[in-house]
Amino acid sequence: MENEQTMISVENVSMRFNLSKDKIMGLKEYVIKSLNRQIYFEEFWALKDVSFEVNRGEVFGVMGLNGAGKSTLLKIIARVYKPTLGAVSVRGELAPLLELGAGFDPEFSARDNIYMNGAMFGHPPKYMDEKYEEIIDFAELREFEDVAIKNYSSGMTARLGFAVATSVQPDVLIADEILGVGDYKFQAKCKERIFGMIGRGATVLLTSHNETQIKSMCSRAILLRKGEVACVGDAAEVCDVYKEA
Amino acid sequence: MTLTKHRLALLTIAMTVIYFALFMFLPESVVGNRAESLLLYISKVMFLGMGASVTTASTLILIYKKEFIKWQMESFRRFKYLLRLLVKRDFVSRYRKSMLGVLWSLLNPLLTMLVITMVFSYIFNRAIDNFPVYLLSGQLIFHFYTESTTRAMNSVIGHQAIIRKVYIPKYIFPLSSVLSSLVNVLFSLIAFVLVFIVTRAPFHWTILLVPIPMLYTFVFSLGVAMILSSLAVFFRDLTYLYGIFTTLLMYLTPLFYPAEILPRRVLTLIGLNPMYHFVDYFRSLALRGVVPGLWANMVCFAFSMAALCCGVYVFMANQDRYYLYF
Repeated sequence: MENEQTMISVENVSMRFNLSKDKIMGLKEYVIKSLNRQIYFEEFWALKDVSFEVNRGEVFGVMGLNGAGKSTLLKIIARVYKPTLGAVSVRGELAPLLELGAGFDPEFSARDNIYMNGAMFGHPPKYMDEKYEEIIDFAELREFEDVAIKNYSSGMTARLGFAVATSVQPDVLIADEILGVGDYKFQAKCKERIFGMIGRGATVLLTSHNETQIKSMCSRAILLRKGEVACVGDAAEVCDVYKEA
Repeated sequence: MTLTKHRLALLTIAMTVIYFALFMFLPESVVGNRAESLLLYISKVMFLGMGASVTTASTLILIYKKEFIKWQMESFRRFKYLLRLLVKRDFVSRYRKSMLGVLWSLLNPLLTMLVITMVFSYIFNRAIDNFPVYLLSGQLIFHFYTESTTRAMNSVIGHQAIIRKVYIPKYIFPLSSVLSSLVNVLFSLIAFVLVFIVTRAPFHWTILLVPIPMLYTFVFSLGVAMILSSLAVFFRDLTYLYGIFTTLLMYLTPLFYPAEILPRRVLTLIGLNPMYHFVDYFRSLALRGVVPGLWANMVCFAFSMAALCCGVYVFMANQDRYYLYF
């Protein structure tokens, strides 16, 4: 990236998935079927030649109907998927809020999982000691900190997931349908926290179905249609195109 | 012909296969107790050393470019806490629901030893001086290998929920499985020392060098673990096949019988089994009080490095496709 201001750059990214009709799960089946030449794959391009850039401090919206490739795109930016073609680069510390509570082990308590999740993002235990109190308070799980996650409600798990993932001030925040967490009170808290991050200079990439939300939060947006870029530009304009389709 | 990544990899693997296949035609090299001419000995060592270093070097070049190594080191530093936690968690969850807890790691080898000793020590009572110690030393190394690889095999599949959602260097998972087995084997080592003292086995100072064969076994297991954990994603029935394989491998390793009773031809075959060399190395230090020579070290080194290189290659070549198969 030559431009200092570019935080996320996505260049000609395409993503192909193989949809095998009957999933081969065993060596035995594989040998038999390959002898009979019965292995078929159906190619499916979840993303086709997507390019855009997000600048420092920008709030960038990703819009599209279900199956348009929004989540795939976000996972590629978060380095969970490797794109089939093209390249992605992100500058600075990245906090992915993809699926909240991802990587929580249901057998362990909130306390263990907080440290584990922190370690997944590369934070040493000492650092997590400092953040621990704040995370528990934010998630409002003080009474349940030593209860195994498997006994939590889905809302509690999501709250904990949000609290852990947002405990750090990231340079880039990626949020997938994030603002549907918990009850309205907690949603307000989440919003406040995200706005706080934006205020402190974080670059945000978020997906949403809600146009008003995109309009109110984002400066620019991209609209995906069946894996292809339908339009990129001013958030209000993109929302209009989205509604027409 | 240009050396593309895949051609190099094939070359590497072919080299490895060839120089292990040549063991077949060098029976003495495996047994190593017939008087050999110095020239033959040196040529063999050079041959094996070359094979090992070519395998190592080409695989390393193939996978690692300079910046890539730097980047990998950085990412390892970043994720070492995760590794530590994974090992700890693995250890805790293994014993949490058992009453005897950690003691179980100690009791398990002792009980197996007791039963096998009752039966086999009568059969081999002349060939083996101290049967319990002989058996336990073999089991220690062999169980370390089978346990770590079997556990590691499911490590990538087992953590698919994480792999699908968060970016983490995926080799962390087989590595943590092998490491937690290493912790476990340290408890078995306590059992070994106990039996060693109780049976009044003669003490040799060489027993202090026992970490060396354990290191060889560790590296070898890690390599195999990376291959298996990678392949198990694509072929789920591999877990069962591997169970059969380890049972066969156990009988092909002189754990409860002395290697000397085997005819030369069979012994040659057993020389292809890496576990035989690791076990023998361990016994040589702990029981015979002899530090294994250059040859034994070369064999062990070659096996473990070849396994590690193949493992790293197979894992790296496939890791970006895992999520397509979960």
